[in-house]
Amino acid sequence: MRELDVTSITEAVKDLSIRTNIHLPDDVKKALRDALEKEESPLGREILQVILENHDIAERENMPICQDTGVAIVFLEVGQEVHLTGGALEDAVNEGVRQGYKEAYLRKSMVDDPVIRRKNTGDNTPAVIYTRIVPGDEVKIVFAPKGGGAENMSEVRMMTAADGIEGVKDFVVDRVARSGGNPCPPIVVGVGLGGSFEKCAMLAKEALMRPVGEPNPDPVYDEVERELLRRINNLGIGPQGLGGRITALAVHIKTVACHIASMPVAVNIQCHVNRHGETII
Amino acid sequence: MKTVELRTPLDERQISQLESGDKVFLSGVIYTARDAAHKRLVALIDEGKELPFDLKGAVIYYVGPAPSKPGQVINSAGPTTSYRMDLFTPLLLEHGLKGTIGKGPRSKKVRDSMVSNGGVYFAAVGGAAAGIASSVKKAEIIAYDDLGPEAIRKLVVERMPLFVVNDIRGNDLFEAGVSNYRREE
Repeated sequence: MRELDVTSITEAVKDLSIRTNIHLPDDVKKALRDALEKEESPLGREILQVILENHDIAERENMPICQDTGVAIVFLEVGQEVHLTGGALEDAVNEGVRQGYKEAYLRKSMVDDPVIRRKNTGDNTPAVIYTRIVPGDEVKIVFAPKGGGAENMSEVRMMTAADGIEGVKDFVVDRVARSGGNPCPPIVVGVGLGGSFEKCAMLAKEALMRPVGEPNPDPVYDEVERELLRRINNLGIGPQGLGGRITALAVHIKTVACHIASMPVAVNIQCHVNRHGETII
Repeated sequence: MKTVELRTPLDERQISQLESGDKVFLSGVIYTARDAAHKRLVALIDEGKELPFDLKGAVIYYVGPAPSKPGQVINSAGPTTSYRMDLFTPLLLEHGLKGTIGKGPRSKKVRDSMVSNGGVYFAAVGGAAAGIASSVKKAEIIAYDDLGPEAIRKLVVERMPLFVVNDIRGNDLFEAGVSNYRREE
């Protein structure tokens, strides 16, 4: 049994919240540079240039890439050999969010009650935390600030076996078509297939964590991803929705087994500021 | 498509020369407001009360900036998605609002209201928030401090880069752009 004080988790979450909001992962930057090469629309190219310049400005000036520094999505994988001490795990995560968002002047975007009161909590907590117990004696933290504009364009649909893969493809393409310029294209499209109503949504979110450019390990779904990307880019939505060849940088599918009666499908849309980072303690 | 230097407050003459697809460098005073502030502004109009700023010729920027660091005019300040303000925009246009800045398309009602009231909608590049902040020269909260990032701020901007999406002739850059690059499967 390894003893681990939860303050180390607070520190890690704090550092991740700052780093991910200021520095975009290299795979996403590269995908955007490639998009600039491929984009045919002059306005689309101008927009992509502005987006790329913004990465440099954010890093140079130590400012968040986007003012919407998101809801703090935190995936924890806690090794079953780890004994956490010094406080509650979720409190430690929220404390890291609180400290990071304050110290780096990141926007606090959380309201306490979703419908009626909607009072800003003032420190961007609570985080949305998912914890899994896994073998081993390490703690892995994946931190993904998720902006509201793209999240709002996401959807879950309970489809059936009769709808088949063609039904899934049509739903994903239609969801992107209906989103238009709202989610800040070029987007990354996370697709979750299988599980249950809530599990497919989780898979769609997890699919966004895969580096852009890394193929799906399952050749069957790799092929589906390629077709979906082609169909989505043929929609003509383009950078910011103002027309162009590059609407999406990637489509990522994640699957899991499901019930004989069901075929749950979730589409989680991510903006071009596809922020995420991880630390292993 | 042309490039236009524009200064607020906007009048009929300035508005009428703008065409969908134009690139604009906007200078002068603009006001920030997003979801929660719009709800309050519209409630004030419904109650016949005075607004925290003069809507005549005004431009509203849909933004909730990141908090400023000490000595910094404004932190990252890119546009938020505009459709969430669609419900409120026609009433503001009827009361003198001339321009809105955001990202993403507007509803038919808003587009129709821009044609009948003489208003334009500009797109700023969403997610390019650190760069946009450099065109903001002054920022001051003038109302609803309790809303935090959603408070109404008076900004003085200089050559803020924008694109005209909807002009007063009913043109829409989203529709035009997408139809230009759409390929049938």
